[in-house]
Amino acid sequence: MGADLQEFVQHVINGISLGSIYALIALGYTMVYGILQLINFAHSEVYMVGAFASYYAARFFDTKPGFATLVILLFISMTVCSILGVLIERLAYRPLRKAPKLNILITAIGVSLFLQYSAQIVFGADPKVFPTVLEDSTLVKWGEVELRSFDVAILGVGLVFMVGLHYLIHHTKIGKAMRAVSSNSTAASLMGIDINRIISTTFIIGSSLAGVGSVLVGMKYPKIDPLMGMLIGLKAFVAAVLGGIGNIYGAVLGGILMGLSEEMVVGYLSSTYRDAFAFGILILILFFRPAGLLGKASQEKV
Amino acid sequence: MTKYKDAPEILNAKNVCMQFGGLRAVDNFNICLKQGELVGLIGPNGAGKTTAFNVLTGVYKPTSGDVFLAGEDTKPMKPFEISHLGMSRTFQNIRLFRDLSVIDNILIAAKQHAVHSMLDSALRLPRHYTEELRLRDKAMELLKIFHLEGKALDSSGSLPYGEQRKLEIVRALATDPKVLLLDEPAAGMNHKETEGLMETIAKIRRDFKLTVLLIEHDMKLVMGICERILVLDHGVTISQGSPDHIRKDPKVIAAYLGADFAAEHGGAP
Amino acid sequence: MPSPSTPSKMFQKSLVTPVAAMAVLAGLGYVIDVTANQYVQLIFLYICVNTILALSLNLVNGFTGQFSIGHAGFMAVGAYVSAWLSMHAHPMLLSGQLEFLNYILYAAAGGTFAALAGWFVGLPSLRLRGDYLAIVTLGFGEIIRVILLNTEAVGGARGMFGIPSPGDFMTKFLLATFWVMITFLTLWRLVHSVHGRAFLSVREDEIAAQAMGIDTTKVKVRAFVISSFFAGVAGSIFAHAAQYLNPSTFTFTKSVDAIIMVVLGGLGSLTGSVFAAIIVTILPEFVLRPLQEYTGVDLRMVIYSLALILFMIARPAGIFGTRELPDLFKRKAQ
Repeated sequence: MGADLQEFVQHVINGISLGSIYALIALGYTMVYGILQLINFAHSEVYMVGAFASYYAARFFDTKPGFATLVILLFISMTVCSILGVLIERLAYRPLRKAPKLNILITAIGVSLFLQYSAQIVFGADPKVFPTVLEDSTLVKWGEVELRSFDVAILGVGLVFMVGLHYLIHHTKIGKAMRAVSSNSTAASLMGIDINRIISTTFIIGSSLAGVGSVLVGMKYPKIDPLMGMLIGLKAFVAAVLGGIGNIYGAVLGGILMGLSEEMVVGYLSSTYRDAFAFGILILILFFRPAGLLGKASQEKV
Repeated sequence: MTKYKDAPEILNAKNVCMQFGGLRAVDNFNICLKQGELVGLIGPNGAGKTTAFNVLTGVYKPTSGDVFLAGEDTKPMKPFEISHLGMSRTFQNIRLFRDLSVIDNILIAAKQHAVHSMLDSALRLPRHYTEELRLRDKAMELLKIFHLEGKALDSSGSLPYGEQRKLEIVRALATDPKVLLLDEPAAGMNHKETEGLMETIAKIRRDFKLTVLLIEHDMKLVMGICERILVLDHGVTISQGSPDHIRKDPKVIAAYLGADFAAEHGGAP
Repeated sequence: MPSPSTPSKMFQKSLVTPVAAMAVLAGLGYVIDVTANQYVQLIFLYICVNTILALSLNLVNGFTGQFSIGHAGFMAVGAYVSAWLSMHAHPMLLSGQLEFLNYILYAAAGGTFAALAGWFVGLPSLRLRGDYLAIVTLGFGEIIRVILLNTEAVGGARGMFGIPSPGDFMTKFLLATFWVMITFLTLWRLVHSVHGRAFLSVREDEIAAQAMGIDTTKVKVRAFVISSFFAGVAGSIFAHAAQYLNPSTFTFTKSVDAIIMVVLGGLGSLTGSVFAAIIVTILPEFVLRPLQEYTGVDLRMVIYSLALILFMIARPAGIFGTRELPDLFKRKAQ
């Protein structure tokens, strides 16, 4: 392999790895949007809290790097995130279920800010160093191309959860109910589906995926702070829009594409604009294919 | 607007189909309205009447087929452009601007005829006042037709149901339409109110030289005032003609009124 | 309407309000000038900035029912353009006694650039459902910040120093209140006209509005462009009051400030926005700052966000709802 090609392959690996993280978080946005037509701005803060939960858990148990640690931290982060997600839905969104959409959006922003700034007071504003979850090692090396343990773990964990989600949505009763509520919540409730239960379930699943994402990010980029959710949350949301919001496969596709393109921009152009780039993509998508890559345009009923 | 005089067929829909997923809501729908006609569109619930309206007014783009308004193809037009071209409508599930006053509802519809710009309004130039007063006077005139002038400043959502339906018609008239599409204007009204409404519809049609297409659920009511009636069932036009013809058509009686009615009335009431 | 006066008489009458309002505000400015210290004077200028910001955002979020959450981005455009012009275009314009009048032009230019940005951002996103606008404006705010951070001509991350001021407090205050008045009157008059009702019709029911001949996309874009213009003006006033600009002034938090003011005052109430802008500007300075000094933690945003949530749940219409100040008095009179 030529040096250029090797560099390219390396970027692809890094991009897919980053993209899987975006995908996991994007899934939470897209699932909540699919059910409630709400941009859950607080999702990125759920992710942030997940990172802190696993950080404190790792310090409390004084974990040693290894696969078991990864599993334990994933479990803790997912649990904390689910509880937080359900609490947010119960306390802030549910009272507004019938209110104008604008009010719910404003509430979502309010929750997001509340968690951000409360976290700055509770956890402190300065960054913390995430404990080592796995030893950083190079598993495979082809020429200059390295496949590191982090990337393999991220891909593996990401894949497990995405396949799990697919199974849940298409092969279980609750998944069927979720799809029904997403396609028409009134009809679904007339068919005897408990809408509140489905919404709670959606928040549990979406939030726990954010929890998974937070541990993976903490593992690869071990610096966490109360504002860490903002940017990654935005990018994940853009990923969801890119893939077609409301569509879980779209979220995965959008996430991977976002990760890849960001890595390419940083690798070949300039890292200065890595964050502005995501929004450039967003504006292009809105211009040319507002429903996203896998979404279909919806028509309002008159 | 000379076009309207040249074209005796003011609204012409040809082979319109509207498909939602697997459901063909409107199948091969044809309608041709001549200037000044009052035509009824009837059919049981879910027959596709409102969908046909939505296609005619551009809310839905037909899956196939064409709609011509005054000789112009409305397919590439947005609903507001179709409104500017002279077609207006009411909604079956009342869609008033509920939080706004009665007169504001009408003024919004009349906006397309205002000649003052935003700058005129921002600077309160004389033209702003001239135009706003003119539109307001016109709106009050329209309200008088339905005896709503006393409620001009009430919020439209607070009106009784029947008056909300009337306001929908006033609002549609304020766009100065040539063709008026009324979607179940008498729904929820009692017998007497309905009769009064039908008289008013006949009157505005004369006074404003309108062509009217009327959806009604209640068959008796349409029979009284429409010159011609189309019957839809499951998206298909099963019959059309004069009220007498429709009344006697066994297909209509069976599909629309059901077997009970046919038995009770011996086929031809 | 039984009105004896002709349209041209009504026009002449309509000129009275702005002149009277300016006179009152000038009187207020004189009192502040004589009695208050520099710190308090600056707060009064910031009240003007925030008032314009809240009023302009209310046009989009309150009256037109859309949801913009990147207002700080447009403010930043106006602030930087105005500051840059005042430092570079200076010699071409008035000098001496009338120099302060240049600042009206700077503000107008800042507003125009912000309006252009608004047009560019609004056109693709306003065709779509409301929540897309939210995310696009949020993204736009970030893009502007990143661009400013990396543009050396405006100081990059260090910020822009030595921005000239139009003069003493009285001059600044008159310029600021002049724009507050222009913003308020323009919006009030638009809202109380057929054009303004078109904004409302979009908020109420887009499908019905379309059926009644309203070009909803055009109406939304117009509202957005006008709103962006005044946000740019607010930025300009801020730039010349603070005389220093930094990209970190225009973060998401600044946009949220504007949203809080609009929601608190009432979506669709202009006087409500003015009222809320005054409260939201004063509160942190005189209540939350002492609280912070006492407790040692910055509770401002925690309190704000909690208030936002509670307001949405308990009193979603804000303090004024869609009513205006005169309506409240009418109510009492009954």
